[in-house]
Amino acid sequence: MIGPYLMRMRRFGRRLMTRPRIDLPLALGLFALAAVGLVTLYSAGDRSLSLVGGQAARFVMGAVLLLVVSRIPPSALRTWTPWLYVGSTALLVLVALLGEGRGAYRWLDLGVMRFQPSELLKLTMPMMVAWYLHPRQLPPGWKDIAVVGLLIVIPAGLIAEQPDLGTALLVAGAGAFALFLSGMAWWRIGLLLAAAAAMVPVGWHFMHQYQRDRVLTLLNPESDPLGNGWHIIQSQIAVGSGGIFGKGWLHSTQSRLDFLPEHTTDFIFAVFSEEFGLVGVIGILVLYAFIIGRCLWIAMEARDTYSRLLAGAIGMSFFVYVLVNGGMVAGMLPVVGVPMPLVSYGGTSAVSLLTGFGVLMSIHANRKMHQ
Amino acid sequence: MSKRRNHRPRRAIKDPRGESTLFRARAVAGFALILLGLLALVGRYAYLQVLHHDEFATRADANRIKPRALPPARGLIYDRNGVLLADNVPAFRLEVVPEQVPDMKTMLSRLGSVVPLSQDDLDTFRKQLAQSRRFDSIPLKLHLTEDDIARFSVNRWRFPGVDVVPYLTRRYPFGELFAHVIGYVGRIDDNDLKHLDPARYKGTTHVGRSGVERSYEDVLHGTPGYELVEVNADGRTQRVLETHPPKPGTNLYLSIDVRIQKAAEDAFAGRPGAAVAIDPRNGQVLAMVSVPSFDPNLFVNGISTADYRALTTDPKKPLYNRALRGVYPPGSTVKPLIGLAGLESGLRTPEDTVVSTGQYCIPGTTFCRRDDQRGGAGKVDLAEAIEQSVNTYFYKLALDLGIDRLSHYMAQFGFGHPTGIDLLGESDGVLPSREWKAAHSKLPWFPGETMIAGIGQGYWAVTPLQLAHAIGTFAGGGVPYRPRLVMATQHGVDARIVPLPNPPEGPSLVSSRANWEAVDKGMEMVMYGDKGTGRALTVGFPYRIAGKSGTAERYSRTSNTYDDRSNLAYLASRNRAWFEMYAPADDPQIAVAVVLEAGAWGASSAGPIARHILDAWLATKGSQAPPFTPYKDASLGDVPPLSPEDVPVAPPDGDSP
Repeated sequence: MIGPYLMRMRRFGRRLMTRPRIDLPLALGLFALAAVGLVTLYSAGDRSLSLVGGQAARFVMGAVLLLVVSRIPPSALRTWTPWLYVGSTALLVLVALLGEGRGAYRWLDLGVMRFQPSELLKLTMPMMVAWYLHPRQLPPGWKDIAVVGLLIVIPAGLIAEQPDLGTALLVAGAGAFALFLSGMAWWRIGLLLAAAAAMVPVGWHFMHQYQRDRVLTLLNPESDPLGNGWHIIQSQIAVGSGGIFGKGWLHSTQSRLDFLPEHTTDFIFAVFSEEFGLVGVIGILVLYAFIIGRCLWIAMEARDTYSRLLAGAIGMSFFVYVLVNGGMVAGMLPVVGVPMPLVSYGGTSAVSLLTGFGVLMSIHANRKMHQ
Repeated sequence: MSKRRNHRPRRAIKDPRGESTLFRARAVAGFALILLGLLALVGRYAYLQVLHHDEFATRADANRIKPRALPPARGLIYDRNGVLLADNVPAFRLEVVPEQVPDMKTMLSRLGSVVPLSQDDLDTFRKQLAQSRRFDSIPLKLHLTEDDIARFSVNRWRFPGVDVVPYLTRRYPFGELFAHVIGYVGRIDDNDLKHLDPARYKGTTHVGRSGVERSYEDVLHGTPGYELVEVNADGRTQRVLETHPPKPGTNLYLSIDVRIQKAAEDAFAGRPGAAVAIDPRNGQVLAMVSVPSFDPNLFVNGISTADYRALTTDPKKPLYNRALRGVYPPGSTVKPLIGLAGLESGLRTPEDTVVSTGQYCIPGTTFCRRDDQRGGAGKVDLAEAIEQSVNTYFYKLALDLGIDRLSHYMAQFGFGHPTGIDLLGESDGVLPSREWKAAHSKLPWFPGETMIAGIGQGYWAVTPLQLAHAIGTFAGGGVPYRPRLVMATQHGVDARIVPLPNPPEGPSLVSSRANWEAVDKGMEMVMYGDKGTGRALTVGFPYRIAGKSGTAERYSRTSNTYDDRSNLAYLASRNRAWFEMYAPADDPQIAVAVVLEAGAWGASSAGPIARHILDAWLATKGSQAPPFTPYKDASLGDVPPLSPEDVPVAPPDGDSP
């Protein structure tokens, strides 16, 4: 009964190990990034080895997931896509219902573990948009754009309601990038952006007071010395005092004296900037650019529309993390809970990011063969 | 782009090669945009790290200044004459600065053997610890006893980062007298931390839990200030550089008069019940008591398990706010308003009479209900029907009105929905209507239910506050005011007292003065007429009183026969006694509703309490309180049932099917 099943599992495992379907440049890029992350975490976390060890364990878990997912052919993923999308959105609704009447509620308690359904949407959202656009005629017309818009707005709205603006932004961004890559006409993009800009006052109206405060605090950080204004000021001091070459590894003063809040998670990039200076910042941004560029390269080589759009969207949404977190640390953007990918301490985002890269590996393995 | 659009109609099927090319273009464009975005980031970092490096480097070196929150003092609460009802008094608590504690776990377990720490203390502390910055001082244990302080002082050297800190705690000088009105504050726990703004509540330990303290939390709390302190390299405070003082919370003036409140509570003599007095001219609540009550001071710094169990297991339910949440059938107390509905609808004139024969049946059916007087009261008009609480008159009137008109009119007087008083947690009560029944039962509405609704029985359920509000609205000429507890605010001790406006909710509900006077006449006859139930309650009172008693049964009646058992203790176990009053009848300034959960008869049990409230009100107006000897009541327990010669026992009133 269980024998053949076990044997298949074992064969799958062996193939996983002996012939991993990975794209070496992308894997090296991710590896380098994770290494930088662990090194920074060691310094930001007061040289706590248990912190670094925990994060490394999550990376390993993420890497295993990456290898497993990389063996699932894109055609299979495409078949499952609607179910995955509907399932993850249903979980969001469940969270919204369970969370009725409590402040921010994002977690689903499964007894053994808790997880954030919104994390799933980071992957299922671009999958769904790619799935929808795959059989249609591209570039998409207004009708298809409207459908995709609806597919994006429903889960993103639910996440923003939780309220988790950062994740909502990432999820909506992933869907929007797939639409962009499908060749949506520039004039339509311009029109939609203009309409969105016109909706800003309406959005302001629907924002939570604390979210408005964060925007206002950004404009005048000195006005809020007990809350986010303090974060912004301290983070900028940390970054600015780093200079061109930085103070050197383990020599950041701002986090050590506890001036810098959240210095292992959302604000870890401030510690990095303080210790490695502008040179380090440029270096790591080049690394990010390389990873994103490699993702887009894999996308261009992909066999069909679905794989192309999915790979491209995953790669581009990686950029949103970097921009939002980097901008927040430098006092350019409001304080939103978006981590610096693979550098910030925290398990869920590392695992979900690496799973996404697993999809990319699979697309790479099933690429078009060149003549 | 436009060229491609022009081609669209011809490309009816998918064009994979074209799509691939299009995607390639998009991917390149997207990557270019991303590089642009990353360049912008680099620009920003260069701006901070190169152009402004010197400035930030200096600031980092001088970064020895940290802000420290200064919690605001909570607003005080006064009665209408400025008697202090909720006060802030100094006390001491233990605070911990996490960054100065080398090993939190060991410290807590060692500290626990010096100063007792409860699990609640520890849970709340850990939650706040996770939410605070490491240099913020976090309260660990509140309200230290002298003993605690002494023991800790001796051991202080063992606990770096832990200190005894003075703070202000809440005290309610009147204890249980205002527990159901003002409520109490409680220590902020990890549940509160989920919805409170952490910046606004930094350093604050208490939050309003019930009553006015909860409803007005937002204004009572105030705005925290902060001071900038210089710290040394170890993070220890060296000196205070700058202080931005907190803005204390707003002081509140309740419309309640502490003397009336006290008289009302005393009049209950511990018997469970509730009373509400309202000024009909503006909706201000003059007294609001729920008996029995509890000491709110117990809750402020964490109630002990034993105390809490004693309160929750007490069969008299002292924590239950009967004035706001207790729902009771109103019985005959709603008859005047039903009579008013008859006049307002044009179905009746004050002179129309009905013959009461002792029993009334729905025409053409055998559904019959009886009067309270054997043989009936004979021919009565509206005023007499109110005076003698003649059921037949109101059975017939209710049937003529129909349930829809009846409940529509009663809803205007505030029945069946919250009155909108400035307290949270009010009950809706039940106003019988087709809609209500449809929502609660599968059966249709029956005419018999309309009939008994006319005498305040059946599905009816009202809170004492609702009845006081309704009778106050009537007394004020029908002008509806939302009941209000807070009548004025004050921003700071020496500031001007700003009255809170309370405009009427709408135009008068009574269309003509004649209608009002007709009903008022009936209610005055209750107090002064030969057959009125409240005759004994007016002795010595200088103004004319209008009133109405009500006795509602606690259990449904099994037969239509009269129960001759007149033992008062027995009746008290079966009935709820109501009395409503307003005075002076020609210019009403106070309206009162009283309910006794176990009262033999409305007039003899609840009536004296209402009269005591009027006496206390009169005394606050500068008049001498007139002599008044209340009825002895069997439910007080210590007196045997009195013979009719001693006490003018009122005729039975208002109890009906």
